[in-house]
Amino acid sequence: MNSLRLFFVGGMTSYRALFYWLSPTIYIPSLIVAPIFQILLFAYIGRSAGLESDLFYVTGNAIQYASIPCLFAMSQLVSGERYQNTLFAILVSPARRLPLFVGRALPVMGNAAFVSAVSFAAGCLILGVSIPAEAIPGLAAVILVAAFSCTGLGLINAAISLRVRENAVLSNVIFGFLLIFTGANVPISELPGWMQDVSHALPLTHAIEAARELATGAPFSSVTDLLATELGIGVAYLAVGLALLRVFEWQGRKHATLEQL
Amino acid sequence: MSHAFRLFWTGWLFNVKNLTTSGFFILNATISPIFFATIAHYMFESGGRAGSLLYASLGAGMMGIWSSVLFGSGGLIQWQRWQGTLEYVIGVPPRLILVVLPMTVATASIGLYSIASTLLWGRVIFGLPLDFVHPGWFVVALLASIVSLGLLGLVLSSTFVLLRNANSLSNLLEYPVWLVTGLLISLSLLPGWTRPISWVLAPTWGIKAIRAAALGGDAVTPVVLCLVLGLLYAVAGHFTLGYFEVRARKSATLALR
Repeated sequence: MNSLRLFFVGGMTSYRALFYWLSPTIYIPSLIVAPIFQILLFAYIGRSAGLESDLFYVTGNAIQYASIPCLFAMSQLVSGERYQNTLFAILVSPARRLPLFVGRALPVMGNAAFVSAVSFAAGCLILGVSIPAEAIPGLAAVILVAAFSCTGLGLINAAISLRVRENAVLSNVIFGFLLIFTGANVPISELPGWMQDVSHALPLTHAIEAARELATGAPFSSVTDLLATELGIGVAYLAVGLALLRVFEWQGRKHATLEQL
Repeated sequence: MSHAFRLFWTGWLFNVKNLTTSGFFILNATISPIFFATIAHYMFESGGRAGSLLYASLGAGMMGIWSSVLFGSGGLIQWQRWQGTLEYVIGVPPRLILVVLPMTVATASIGLYSIASTLLWGRVIFGLPLDFVHPGWFVVALLASIVSLGLLGLVLSSTFVLLRNANSLSNLLEYPVWLVTGLLISLSLLPGWTRPISWVLAPTWGIKAIRAAALGGDAVTPVVLCLVLGLLYAVAGHFTLGYFEVRARKSATLALR
């Protein structure tokens, strides 16, 4: 019961604290307008290159942009608490770490899915891309799974924030890697072999592929394998993130460096 | 005149050094453009537009310059306020514009790291030949772009400061300007109504000049237009900075907003 309370109440409080600074005047430009323009930029580069249809870029970039809220909000779990001088209070508490951190990840995941869905819809409207109505529930499921798996990566990012000062730069770098490697803008088959291998181990790659198939009329049953793989990748990243949080927390306690960055 | 020049030189050098010590600025200025150059390269190559790596590298480098100006100059006065140095910037005897201008040109100059990193990346990873058609004009075009964007930064620094959330405005303007100034695409692909917006933005003419110098074509006209726009930005910046200074002094909110 205590863990459940920690999961829901702690997560909600943390989310509200995040939105204390993430007000609408920041939220709308950063998480609504920016992804739409990212879609437009790559759609026009795609037209210029004569590579793929607008649908390809709308789908790829809308789902890839889920990584911005996931990476930045999750790293804020640590750096935000450190900035507010509350990190030590959290880490000395006897609370179980799983509900503590996963509870805080849940609203982040919901936010990422919302950002992704809104930019997908706006991209379709602006570029005149039409998708079959029966694909919409499947696409919603894909977006949720993508947000979940990227939140796993975000948790690793949060753990690294215990050791790295420039976590905003780190989040930007991870975002850039995802932009290249997940096939959001370049078909994975066009990338060199080693990059293709890396892309299959990253979150979002399989979700983007599944969304593209659904958007072109494939039945949901044909993408369940892709979704299961994406889900598995998310669980693996989440487990690694929790383990890293444990290790870095222990190291921080041992060397008394939790707040020295 | 020599006093103003010395002030500019000292201020510029100090701020370039200062920004160079910032991991945030340097990593964002060098790494982000490389990501965009790489994606554009693969997109153009896969789409059958081979040989466009230099085109993509220069465009991505200019994207980095714009980002540096947008975040560096846009948040300049707020940054001085946080550091507790804004009172000194305003209180010193030289005119405010002479103190702020070297700072904004320095943020544009940091963008040179972007151009250097994308060209070096192209050379080392993809074997990009760096034989420019007009190397002399390439340097002139680059300098004109830096100066012009630095002057645009003057306008940004004095207008963004009036907003509480200047950083969000920077986030808002990054992608649209990359798109509308044709840094990675041909402007003819965009709807006609975007054309006047492109014309009043220095990156449009800066990238035209740089590409003409590197790939061949008339670099003189875009360089001239870039500098003319720079002059207009300087005039606008003079008034917007003056407005900010008077308003802040009148309401005594220099360090408080």
